[in-house]
Amino acid sequence: MQSVSGIRSFGAFIPRRRLQRAAIAAAHAWAFPGLKGQAKGERSMCGWDEDVITMAVEAGRDCLRGSSPAALGGLTLASTTAPYADLNNAVLVGAALQLSSQASNADAGGSTRAGLSALIDACRISGAGDRMVIASEKRLAKPGSLQEMQYGCGAGAVTVGTGDDVIARFLGSETVSVPFFDHFRKAGQDFDYAWEERWVRDEGIAKIVPQAVGRLLKRLDLAPERVAHFGMSGGPLKGDVAVAKALKLRPECVVPDLQPQVGDTGTAQPLLLLIGALERAQPGDIIVVASFAQGCEVVAFEMLRAPPASGRRGLAGSIAARIEETAYLKLLSNDGHVDLDWGMRAETDHKTALTQLYRSSDQIFGFVGGLCSACGTVQFPRLPTCVKCGKPDTQTPQSLADEPAKIATYTADWLQYSPAPPLYMGLVQFESGARVLMEIVDVGPGGIDVGTPLAMTFRMKERDRLRGWDRYFWKAAPTA
Amino acid sequence: MATGIKDKVAILGMGCSRFGERWDCGTEQLLNEAFVEALADAGIEHGQIGAAWYGSALDRVNVGNSAIPLSTALRLEGIPVTRVENMCATGTEALRGAVYAVASGAVDIALAIGAEKLKDTGYGGLPVNSKGTFNDLWMPYGSAPAGFAQLAAGYRAKYRISKEDLKRAIGRVSWKSHQNGAKNPKAHLRKAVEMEIILAAPIIAEPLGVFDCCGVSDGAACAIVTTPAIARALGKRDLVTVKALQLSASSGREQGTNEWDGSYVQNTRNAARAAYKEAGITNPRQQLSTLEVHDCFSITELVTMEDIGVSEEGHAWRDVMDGVFDADGKIPCQIDGGLKCFGHPIGASGLRMVYEHYLQLTGRAGLRQLKNPKLGLSHNLGGVPYNGVCGISIVGLEGA
Repeated sequence: MQSVSGIRSFGAFIPRRRLQRAAIAAAHAWAFPGLKGQAKGERSMCGWDEDVITMAVEAGRDCLRGSSPAALGGLTLASTTAPYADLNNAVLVGAALQLSSQASNADAGGSTRAGLSALIDACRISGAGDRMVIASEKRLAKPGSLQEMQYGCGAGAVTVGTGDDVIARFLGSETVSVPFFDHFRKAGQDFDYAWEERWVRDEGIAKIVPQAVGRLLKRLDLAPERVAHFGMSGGPLKGDVAVAKALKLRPECVVPDLQPQVGDTGTAQPLLLLIGALERAQPGDIIVVASFAQGCEVVAFEMLRAPPASGRRGLAGSIAARIEETAYLKLLSNDGHVDLDWGMRAETDHKTALTQLYRSSDQIFGFVGGLCSACGTVQFPRLPTCVKCGKPDTQTPQSLADEPAKIATYTADWLQYSPAPPLYMGLVQFESGARVLMEIVDVGPGGIDVGTPLAMTFRMKERDRLRGWDRYFWKAAPTA
Repeated sequence: MATGIKDKVAILGMGCSRFGERWDCGTEQLLNEAFVEALADAGIEHGQIGAAWYGSALDRVNVGNSAIPLSTALRLEGIPVTRVENMCATGTEALRGAVYAVASGAVDIALAIGAEKLKDTGYGGLPVNSKGTFNDLWMPYGSAPAGFAQLAAGYRAKYRISKEDLKRAIGRVSWKSHQNGAKNPKAHLRKAVEMEIILAAPIIAEPLGVFDCCGVSDGAACAIVTTPAIARALGKRDLVTVKALQLSASSGREQGTNEWDGSYVQNTRNAARAAYKEAGITNPRQQLSTLEVHDCFSITELVTMEDIGVSEEGHAWRDVMDGVFDADGKIPCQIDGGLKCFGHPIGASGLRMVYEHYLQLTGRAGLRQLKNPKLGLSHNLGGVPYNGVCGISIVGLEGA
């Protein structure tokens, strides 16, 4: 009997900061009063220190909860906004996820449909070991554009494998590839150029997506009413509802659009919709997800069993973990649209010694410290001698990335340059006894104090704009 | 068996530049200003100096690294000149080098001099420095106030002091120093400041406001040291001798394990213990006449009072409020105005503190003169409370 190919696990990440669309519209009201019509709900917004890499790591960690990264045979990172043009971004993500050095890590991109394409490819390659597909997107939009209101940031991760224990079975996929260019962005350009939404809706989505989905359902011999969950990315608001109607799918099967709370996360959107479906699906449910871009990619899964309890945050948890943001200038500053005068302290050179980075790559990317074999003290960094007993060469690697911690000491630094002042920093006390001086991020209106529980999050540490290099490391964030 | 440094070395002369925003001069001029005063005070010729130690911490906003900037500025030809750097304890380190050279018998007369030209950075506070290729990859770049502000969080949590009470106590620390600094012609900030203004100042790093932070200034200070016998032979009487010079550096324990509760500075405790042993001091609160401690931030001074054993643990904030460290208190602290009013040109500060003790012990402190001082302790803290260095020097009247 052929083993079943399908989804083994999933995870998600949405940046906590949610910019109110009313704040965007209010800032532009002098020039574009019409944007007020779009000023409903909120969109996710990356902090200055969040990008495709950091979001991918967080979604990947969520997906890996309760399982060993060593079991993964490879990782695909799909994005149209990955930071490096010549550098395997997936290798960087894999290092933070502590994947085996033998894992085959690859980048996919070129279109917002790359995320779903990569997932389908992974499902089709059976017997090659478990593969994680992460789709992560940090979409930039020109200030004042419709996209600025509509776009969001986020990442979804899905692990695909074969075996009787997969939670959703891969049924099949269908593709339509046509030169329908609703938007594009040339290499080296910052912003998308988009055509009229009415044309996209009526001539593109309404004709192309039903064609692809219909063909898939017919091939799988599935009647429209069998579809329990339908998600569609790449279209305007309510585009999914119109397609479902055209296909005679049940109206309640449409997976809630992410537009009101998150925005359109591009490449990540179909995976996040799939995750949304997986979170509410019952065994036996059919899930169909379509990604519209230069045609359409569509995939179908059958839910087999409820996902095992792993404490995952998932999509619902990611949406719920939010900090309301009303300062539109933060978006402009974080995304580089305005260059604020941060003063001379911001002039510091942050050249990274790549030699040193490689020597300490498990410590920096994996937050792997040491456990002293002589006295049992867990510590970071991992130096040649133990911080407590002073014995040399006793350190065995131990990661702190998933260990609970709390604040031992802290301050809010208004003097030091930070693109998100104040710079919260302090001594972070881990349950194991390890203690590390760290930056603390995502401090909400409730503030922090000695004893505040913390979880680790992978972020950018410094940006070396002179050379186009970003330092990544871990920061601590309040858990609540 | 080590016998320590006590009374083996005497101060022959000292000098200190005017501290402040010295737009008028560079490091070379500051060095010269302090050196000329010290040379005249010592009553010796330039050529009698056998070796020199030069302390400067931030070479890229100063005159560059190595000993050459000093040997060039003061034209010290043909003698060993050494540059030392140990963060904010740099000035004390220069003194330690010179004193040890004399005590060892290597030279008869040695020079310790330190300077810093902070106002050539173009902004307030200290510049951001690399912490090394590895640490830069993981350690956050907090400002100096952010490092020390964490003492406030730890101290407050341990002794269950309200935010308001601690804020008032650290404000009182700065208020006292401003009262003293107003009487010192060489201080940078020479103005008494009311408590209400101190408490209402903008926050730099919670809970530290502007007045909880020391000034930023340029300056240089200098000591010429020799043996007591040579000092007497040169006609000096009522000698001021070195009683102790100690240094402690972090091993990473406070920052890397759960042993430290954030309410004290281990390096200060280590250095103070060793210094008291070296100087034969058994009851610092009774025996020390005057203190110059590293008040880079008001909370640092408050906690230091406990770490050097002049206040009981958890009681320094009450001693501060009771005026124990005021000019007319039990142990005057920062009688010259401290870092608060002098600012902290890093290489100079440790020597500037000893300079004040030297003036007090020789009865030349003018409006600030204390009655019959015998022993003075100075204290420098470099780095941050949980990862740094501490230098302590004790000087006093010979025989005290």
